[in-house]
Amino acid sequence: MRVLTKTLAVAAVLLAAAIPTFAQAADGSITVKDPYARATPSGAMTGAVYMTIDNKANAEDRLIAGASDVAAKIQIHEMSVVNGVMQMREVPGGLAVPADGSVTLKPGGYHVMLIGLKKPLTAGETFPLTLTFAKAGNIPVTVKVQAMGAAPSNGGGMGDMHGGAAKPMGSMEMK
Amino acid sequence: MRRRHIVITALAGIAGFSSVLAGILLLTASGGPGRAIGSAAIGGPFTLVDDNGAPVTEKTLAGKPYAMYFGYTYCPEVCPTTLLDLSNWIKKLGPDADRLNYAFVTVDPERDTPQSMHAYLSSFDKRIRGYSGTPAEIARIAREYRVYYKKVPTADGSYVMDHSAMIYLMDATEKFVTFIAYQEADASALAKLRNLVTLTPSS
Repeated sequence: MRVLTKTLAVAAVLLAAAIPTFAQAADGSITVKDPYARATPSGAMTGAVYMTIDNKANAEDRLIAGASDVAAKIQIHEMSVVNGVMQMREVPGGLAVPADGSVTLKPGGYHVMLIGLKKPLTAGETFPLTLTFAKAGNIPVTVKVQAMGAAPSNGGGMGDMHGGAAKPMGSMEMK
Repeated sequence: MRRRHIVITALAGIAGFSSVLAGILLLTASGGPGRAIGSAAIGGPFTLVDDNGAPVTEKTLAGKPYAMYFGYTYCPEVCPTTLLDLSNWIKKLGPDADRLNYAFVTVDPERDTPQSMHAYLSSFDKRIRGYSGTPAEIARIAREYRVYYKKVPTADGSYVMDHSAMIYLMDATEKFVTFIAYQEADASALAKLRNLVTLTPSS
């Protein structure tokens, strides 16, 4: 029994590792890489998803919508801190992904905003998210939930977001 | 349900506020972790309710220096990040952390009830207390602390809040000491908090 549990645990880890960290449009034009969210505080109604979107087509595309079972609705937002004031705005007309270019959604900038979370996002979990592009259509992705305060690239250091200081990202224990 | 928009009458427009803020930031930037010039302008009396439903005033915090942050729980990034940072700094202060008070004041009293703030704050250091109140009471404390906040309607009929994103550090007599800016480096923020600890009356 114990061995079985262990085997299952190992299998679960392997399965988790096997989840692809990118998803591609049917026509190959748009690739969504490393979609992740940060764990949310208890009872939080909102969350944010970050990722990098590559566009290999020779025409601009736009991320115009999203849908997920975890939230009542989804919007594409840009946040900024100007003169010490935090502002968050819906990106009108969707987020442009330039031809032969890419756009990165990251803390301090663009994010896919989850509104009306049905339950808190817990570190270590994943959830499905369908992104809708004006041209490439729907792309289903699997979002990894990282620790609160986590940086891009699977929780590695990001340096530029926290005043350049080496910081124990998400070291706070979540209840 | 469509609710009344909050109008901040105390601030004579964003432009006026920005110049005040810029002035404060300039004064603070050169002052390091020490006491900033012009501290008389920030802080004042308030009447609010904490996340346990108990009434609180400026006297609740007085007696210890305190760190005060204004935000809202529907905030997806800046507020949880700041509360996480503050929680980590509190941990690093060790026993000295108990010589300070910590308050998270909502700028979104229509959605942030004491109960919802209590649940939210259970994810952070337990010493950070949540303060809510009526829209008028929140407008008053925001005015006293020169906090900018604004309700911005979204296309779907909901709203988001613009708000000042710095942590206010106040001494035990409710006088402004300095700010910790959003995402300030650990070393600098900790130096400011340690300095605040030295302002404890008995020390």
